Amino acid sequence: MLRAFSSAAVAWLALVGVAFAAGEAEHPEDHAFSFDSPLGSYDMAAVQRGFQVYQQVCAACHAMTHLSYRHLGERGGPFSLYMVRNHETGEMEPYIGKPHHGGSFVSPTENPYLRAIASGVTISDIDPSTGQPVDRPGRVSDRFRSPFPNEIAARASNGGAYPVDLSVITKARHYGADYIYALLTGYTGASEGVLYENRYFPGGMIAMAQPLNEGQIAYSDPNTPQTVEQYAADVTHFLQWAADPHMEERKRLGIMVIAFLLALTGLLFLAYKQVWRGESH
Amino acid sequence: MSGPSTYEPKTAFTRWLDKRLPIIRFGYDSFVAYPTPRNLNYWWTFGAILALCLVVQIVSGVVLAMHYVPHVDYAFASVQRIERDVPYGWLIQNMHAVGASMFFLAVYLHMFKGLYYGSYKAPREVLWILGCIIYLLMVATAFLGYSLPWGQMSFWAATVITNLIGALPLVGEGLKNWLMGGFSVDQPTLNRFFSLHYLLPFVIAGVVALHIWALHESGQNNPTGVDVKSKADTVPFTPHATIKDLFAVALFLILFSVFIFYMPDALGHADNFIPANPLQTPPEIVPEWYLLPFYAILRAFDFNIGPIDSKLAGVLAMFASIGILFLLPWLDTSRVRSMRYRPVARQFFLIFVVVCLVLGWCGGQNPANILARSGDFTASLRWVEGGQTTTQDFTAPSEQQFEATAASMRETMAGRGATMTMVSRAGATNATITAVIGGTEQTRNLSAYSVEALEEEIIAAKAEIGAGAPFFVIERNTPMTFTVTNLSQLATLYYFLFFLVILPILGLRETPGRVPDTIAKPVLAKEVA
Repeated sequence: MLRAFSSAAVAWLALVGVAFAAGEAEHPEDHAFSFDSPLGSYDMAAVQRGFQVYQQVCAACHAMTHLSYRHLGERGGPFSLYMVRNHETGEMEPYIGKPHHGGSFVSPTENPYLRAIASGVTISDIDPSTGQPVDRPGRVSDRFRSPFPNEIAARASNGGAYPVDLSVITKARHYGADYIYALLTGYTGASEGVLYENRYFPGGMIAMAQPLNEGQIAYSDPNTPQTVEQYAADVTHFLQWAADPHMEERKRLGIMVIAFLLALTGLLFLAYKQVWRGESH
Repeated sequence: MSGPSTYEPKTAFTRWLDKRLPIIRFGYDSFVAYPTPRNLNYWWTFGAILALCLVVQIVSGVVLAMHYVPHVDYAFASVQRIERDVPYGWLIQNMHAVGASMFFLAVYLHMFKGLYYGSYKAPREVLWILGCIIYLLMVATAFLGYSLPWGQMSFWAATVITNLIGALPLVGEGLKNWLMGGFSVDQPTLNRFFSLHYLLPFVIAGVVALHIWALHESGQNNPTGVDVKSKADTVPFTPHATIKDLFAVALFLILFSVFIFYMPDALGHADNFIPANPLQTPPEIVPEWYLLPFYAILRAFDFNIGPIDSKLAGVLAMFASIGILFLLPWLDTSRVRSMRYRPVARQFFLIFVVVCLVLGWCGGQNPANILARSGDFTASLRWVEGGQTTTQDFTAPSEQQFEATAASMRETMAGRGATMTMVSRAGATNATITAVIGGTEQTRNLSAYSVEALEEEIIAAKAEIGAGAPFFVIERNTPMTFTVTNLSQLATLYYFLFFLVILPILGLRETPGRVPDTIAKPVLAKEVA
């Protein structure tokens, strides 16, 4: 009798679970990113383009205080520099991103691409000789430039809304990258005062106007479409990298650790069988 | 149960040391020669797994503490620095965060094993109680540790839990402020939480030593629950139990690694990647998964019990749900230890496991969510189309007579040919009556699956009819509903019934199955068959 009762209860709970799931609001669609699967990695060209989108559009309002320019050029970063041997000429040539067959890594401080990115930014600092506030070109050791000196200034410039820090934004939202992509492409075009309708934002109205528009950012690669969807996918890719810069290393190490543990488990199992062979249990 | 020591020092040095500090003898007696029941199954490997978890948490935690900054302005950033810049910091941080979940997973399985096989019964009451103390310390340590990254969930969980203590009568408020080091969760709170989070694991390690001491004094229980009677019942701990434990530990490490390397954030909450903001309450405040059942018990009390208000009742029930475990050795009256031979108790135990899972599920849901309802939420909108609207102010002679006066005003209006009337009260005794004279009465029925959806439909309907109606008379009907809170209440009831009623009564009434005379007997019988 009790058994029947328990199975009835389980069945009922399962039904309830289904009914509950049906009542929830619309979720972001699953967008296919190259980093999705357990073995997936970053598409470095997309991360590079995404950084361009961030620099030219997002950075006008959104800070990324936990990132420094050097991070872009560290191992696994989108602008890491490797010297790769050209098999035809035998010469060492620079390669930006992730070389297919390895190469010798160049430290971020020696990376001219990275220095160009950093020096293109103006950083407010204290003059070391006079102690007065001064503007200077950025260095690779600088943190990403914050568009506003503080939250009050940020709110004052944005109609009272605070443009959130994007350092770990894909980790700080349910559905992560899928949500960010959905949000960036989810504008309906309708607006109400300073709020804009977005299908994926909780409550449906967001203070951020549609940030990406067709043809807004000029990509150097002519084969990449300059559409809202492409911009959104690229900047999401960049933000995912920014939130989880060690993902590729993590997944690589994971394979080795788990392979080792599987072998160890196998050996321990055999040892266990050996030890207990003469014992009934 | 260990019996006389069989250790014989073999070298001159060990003989010399054995006379002065018999530490090798101690190790040998405890972890090599220690007699282990030969029929232990894999549920008995969680002791070793838990020991490993504690070591992993302490070692990774000590390294993290070298880089962490317990300051409200820098804590979040220092965790980010650990993840990004500290060599293998991401690995150590993931290990520590995932490790907490793994620790609780293992401890829950260890506790369910103790429940099922009656490992809390004489002579192991103290062993069980020490285990309960370890669990309580683990909960405290995990809670303190969860607040350290100073994300939104850290801050608000700390706020909710410290506020709970404020619900205690007389001492609550003072105790709460003393714990927080102020009137809200702030810098002093973070500092002391960090200090205590570093301290408690070593307290746990101390109690673990007592737990193992007590274990080695009374000997391990086993799946039959029958005492060890002869040497035939046991095997030496090393190599037999050691190798089996190592195999289980390796399996457990695979699961651990899958989480560390492939789902490091799956067990956490997204909001904890938002820096703590005391001015913004997150839409949902939930603890980590391993505390959800207690959170559900806390929230199940949405009603006052006599002089005890709902909040205090919830807090007391939550503490009682752990406290009751301490009394379990005396609540279970059965003389048979293992539920293997208690067919009825086993059924109730399985329901108990399901109930714990249900409580965990409830703890993660919005308590107002409706799971089942007798029908839709319905409303009927009535209004009058056409006709003439008149209004009249009136004053009742006293507050008590207001209803009667309003009723007579309605009758007066009806006498003047009103199709529909509405009284809007302005004060205790004065009000305005609006009436539509003539016109035709219209009705519209609405139905929806929730209160919110119904209100939206009403607003939509009103907007559609618009100026066509001077006013609406709305009648709302709420169906019988069964919410997450109701489910938590049922589950909480079972949780306490299981310990307070089912186990005490069942132990006296049930007819247990045939218990074997010795551990070795069923083992050897299996071999023959």
